[in-house]
Amino acid sequence: MKNNPVIIDLQNISVSFGEQKILNNISLQIHDGEFVTLLGPSGCGKTTTLRIIAGFLNPDEGNVIFEGKNINGVPPYKRQVNTIFQRYALFPYLNVYENIAFGLRLKKMKEKDIQAKVKEMLELVNLKGFGSRNIDSLSGGQQQRVAIARALAVDPRVVLLDEPLGALDLKLRKDMQVELKNIQQKLGITFIYVTHDQEEALSMSDTIVVMNNGEIQHIGTPTDIYNEPKNAFVADFIGESNILDGIMREDFNVEFEGMRFKCVDKGFSQNEPVDVVVRPEDVDIVPENEGMLKGEVTSVTFKGVHYEIIVDINGFKWMIQTTEKSEVGDRIGISVKPDEIHIMKKSEYSGLYGDYSSFSEEFDILSDPTVSEEDSE
Amino acid sequence: MKNSSVIQKLINAPYILWSVLFVIAPLIMVIYYAFTDRTGAFTLDNVKSIGDYLSTFILSVGYGAVATLICLIIAYPFAYFLAHTGASFQRMSVMLVMLPMWMSFLIRTYSWMTILGDSGVINSFLGRFGIEPLSMLNTPGAVILGMVYNFLPYMILPIYTVMAKMDGSLIEAAQDLGCGKLHCVKKVILPLSVPGIVSGITMVFVPSVSTFYITQKLGGGQINLIGDVIEGQFQTANNYNLGAALSLLLMVMILICLGVLGYFTDSEDEGGVLI
Repeated sequence: MKNNPVIIDLQNISVSFGEQKILNNISLQIHDGEFVTLLGPSGCGKTTTLRIIAGFLNPDEGNVIFEGKNINGVPPYKRQVNTIFQRYALFPYLNVYENIAFGLRLKKMKEKDIQAKVKEMLELVNLKGFGSRNIDSLSGGQQQRVAIARALAVDPRVVLLDEPLGALDLKLRKDMQVELKNIQQKLGITFIYVTHDQEEALSMSDTIVVMNNGEIQHIGTPTDIYNEPKNAFVADFIGESNILDGIMREDFNVEFEGMRFKCVDKGFSQNEPVDVVVRPEDVDIVPENEGMLKGEVTSVTFKGVHYEIIVDINGFKWMIQTTEKSEVGDRIGISVKPDEIHIMKKSEYSGLYGDYSSFSEEFDILSDPTVSEEDSE
Repeated sequence: MKNSSVIQKLINAPYILWSVLFVIAPLIMVIYYAFTDRTGAFTLDNVKSIGDYLSTFILSVGYGAVATLICLIIAYPFAYFLAHTGASFQRMSVMLVMLPMWMSFLIRTYSWMTILGDSGVINSFLGRFGIEPLSMLNTPGAVILGMVYNFLPYMILPIYTVMAKMDGSLIEAAQDLGCGKLHCVKKVILPLSVPGIVSGITMVFVPSVSTFYITQKLGGGQINLIGDVIEGQFQTANNYNLGAALSLLLMVMILICLGVLGYFTDSEDEGGVLI
């Protein structure tokens, strides 16, 4: 993917709405045929980025380069980029066939070619025979498919998808994820996908762009993002993480919780304060006397595949995912292998995330109405 | 359950009473008068003599159509413009559109007499420059003006409502698929505003066709539309039977018009924007 030429190059894009800075100096290169996901919480600027690429919005600063040409100010209808909208935006007064043919008619294609193209698209999205149906008579999933067919019919170079599966239920969403990915691979065109669902991002993308507060936090492959998060925000947003304060004593040696641990990271200066990330599934539970760190189990939740256990170690609450059951009050030891410790430079997000204190009893009391009612009496 | 159905009936009662008293009963009376003579015997003479008023009917429809068309031409761009301005300006403008409706229809029409009259506001202003008085009152133009002026809000409001509710992402989707600005109006905005246009046309056309007050005051009795004829039958000629027959025909004609218009909007669509 990375060997393909760059198709879209965002250079130092900034956008403000009034006083509020929506995008702050974003730079991003997207390669031809790549599946890129913009991932972040709501209000992080991911949809704004998409609208800039589509041409609905012009950046205050910076350039949008499409295949080497600056397309700042080029209106949407002149861009080889098509959007699949969150709420589908199908034309209610046209049937399925006419919706898909909409863009083709504007291109003044011959009726015969339009017919062939619409037929091809209906087959692609598994809606064969739906051509004469009204939009109102379709389910959400079917409308979504029509929206996909309509955008793909005009042979775009880049498809923009703005949380396209957001309105679908979980099961359908999973199916559509696979289907979208298949369609993308089959056609070999660039997809830029916006979502706040980290699982969706991890399972579909070639590249994930994690955004927050109008800035790009991390660009990388799904494995990169998960295994080597750049900062505490990324570590916390993608999956679950225990994030601890640490000090890098020397290469391959980090100190946290008053203990020294071997690790596989290097290149930090001596005694540099760092954030240490340990994923819950990487922590092994051992008998107390064999543990590198020792603590008491404060909460156990059954999650189906595994148990989610919160352990209080010197006041810091760790989350551990394990298939072995423990009981609340058990004293246990934990062990972490060197390659399962990930070291990050300190950032503005340090100290904000990665402690599971919110899983403690106080939280249970706060969130359990029956308990608090008794308490207040 | 039983209780709630009793309550429901009680709540509905005033409406049903109202409909029976003021809609259904008069309708039956109109039908009765239309098919009887002065003595109360059944006759088809009234219906047969409708043919004499055919030209009046055609003239009325013509006036109504012209007034409706002018309203549409003024209201559509205005509603579009209104729906795309700031919220506070929108509220203010909608208020201004509705403001005349708070005043009596009769007074509003009467005031046009003093504006258009030979010694009215316009002519006395022109007179200062030595221009001979223009005779504007009692012309077809004055009647059309009265219709447009009085019924324009009924065209603006439904169209504005559809425009304001219009899903912006549909317009973006059209642009995205290759629609330029002008194409967008034709292929997206216009089809989406059809329900509003239909409501507006109905609400302007129906009162325009049947009006008698505007033609009397601004047409000075020179222009006789079907409303004037019906009014004359009831008020001066005292021929309730012919009046009723003409009313019946007017009603049937309007129903046909509504039916034709209704064809353009889906039955389940938000066709009834304001009606």
